[in-house]
Amino acid sequence: MKEELRVDPTICSGHGLCAELLPELVTLDEWGYPIVTRGAVPRSLERHVRRAVTDCPALALKLLPVS
Amino acid sequence: MTYGTTVPHSAPFPGPQQGHTTRTGPAGSGSQSPGDLPRLLPVHGAVPVDLRTHLSRDAAPPYFGHSGKLIPVLKAAGLTGRGGAAFPVHRKLQAVAEARTQPVVIGNGAEGEPASDKDKSLLWISPHLVLDGLQLAAEAVGSQAVALYVHRNARLQERLRAAVAERSAARIDVVPVEIIDAPPRFLAGEESALASRISGQPAMPRFKPPRVFERGVVGRPTLVHNVETLAHIALIARYGPAWFRAAGTPKEPGSMLCTLHQADGQRDVVETELGTPLRDLLQLDGTQAVLSGGYHGAWLPAAEAARMTLSNEHLQAAGAFVGAGVLVGLPADRCGIAETARVARYLALESAGQCGPCFNGLPRIAAALDEVASPRPDPRAVTDMIRWAGLVEGRGACHHPDGTTRFVRSALHVFRDEIANHAEGRCVDPAREPFLPLPADSALDEADWN
Repeated sequence: MKEELRVDPTICSGHGLCAELLPELVTLDEWGYPIVTRGAVPRSLERHVRRAVTDCPALALKLLPVS
Repeated sequence: MTYGTTVPHSAPFPGPQQGHTTRTGPAGSGSQSPGDLPRLLPVHGAVPVDLRTHLSRDAAPPYFGHSGKLIPVLKAAGLTGRGGAAFPVHRKLQAVAEARTQPVVIGNGAEGEPASDKDKSLLWISPHLVLDGLQLAAEAVGSQAVALYVHRNARLQERLRAAVAERSAARIDVVPVEIIDAPPRFLAGEESALASRISGQPAMPRFKPPRVFERGVVGRPTLVHNVETLAHIALIARYGPAWFRAAGTPKEPGSMLCTLHQADGQRDVVETELGTPLRDLLQLDGTQAVLSGGYHGAWLPAAEAARMTLSNEHLQAAGAFVGAGVLVGLPADRCGIAETARVARYLALESAGQCGPCFNGLPRIAAALDEVASPRPDPRAVTDMIRWAGLVEGRGACHHPDGTTRFVRSALHVFRDEIANHAEGRCVDPAREPFLPLPADSALDEADWN
């Protein structure tokens, strides 16, 4: 993918579902907010990433061009 | 000393001291010949320049008659933004000029930094340079929608409305200019917070992308320039790139406004060249440390500052930066940790509260600093603070967490001897009279962001 996973921190309220669905790219900080690995999403994780983006209850996850 | 309000109501800027100087070169014995400074401020004193004086000194704004023509002139001049980020001005203009929908142009005079007075002073004394710059920038990008976003001060805003009306009557301005109130928040001048406010929402930063030059005020491509940047544009358009480059250094050309806080309490706005030695701006005797870049900047030991110039070339190498020209000399008999803790608490209160890492991390960092500022502090406070700093950096919608941790980390380094002092129950200044300026009132609820 030419895209990376980003979280909009103004929308994210720390549900933590992303970390459960995508532990390869997302861990939670001590307050429950996601720490997302930057960089192009590996092909093998593409489906899981798309699922996390769709399932985030706050719609805070986004796939954006790598910056 | 303390300041009761961010801006005094009964005196012109910058504050209780009538401290506008137009110092053009070294404050010491002086060896430099800086040429034609001051450029932005009048030659004598702080008397505001009215339209007639402005026109007789600099003539009417030199419209190019075509959009885009100003941009190569600014590129040749090498002007960078004077709001703190030092981004090349011509590139911002180019990006907005290329937009396919009608752009908006905003002059940013919010100046939310409590230690900075230069924008308010410039707007009070030389509004017409700023207003010229707005018109020229609007012409360059083909904009019909222009506003000036101004720090909340009724007298200043009234004066600016009068200046705009006068220019309109004299048919100097092509595009009408709206004066828009900026709430008195530290983050009110952040580009995306500004765009939100002008779009009718609270002045809170937004996630990027998109950046405001792509989608800003009501979704339109928005050009945002600090008011001092606009004043430089107004002069470069008249006198050209070579004139601009006659001051400053080849890599960092031109002059800039600085807000200087001397160790003896004097507070001045001065115009100086980039590359001026810091020891020519601040009286460093009796000073232990210099804060460069305001409350998102960094502390430097005084001995190190004495060897540096006002340039990103020097300051960035030391972890600091020029920023918007705030320079503070901390007296030797003050506690740098206590001062940093006071400001860190202010910065935590000024979080927009939108992003989990920021609104969780900044208050904890501030509390840990309070702990370190007390006698025999819990030794975990420093390690906790450093962990939290690592957790907040890069994880907000704006650079508030990053700027705060830069400031705090530099304090932990520069004031490490004082930290060791505190561990043994001693402090250089047990009296703790405040030195760094902070506003009296903080945001108490959401309405304060409007």
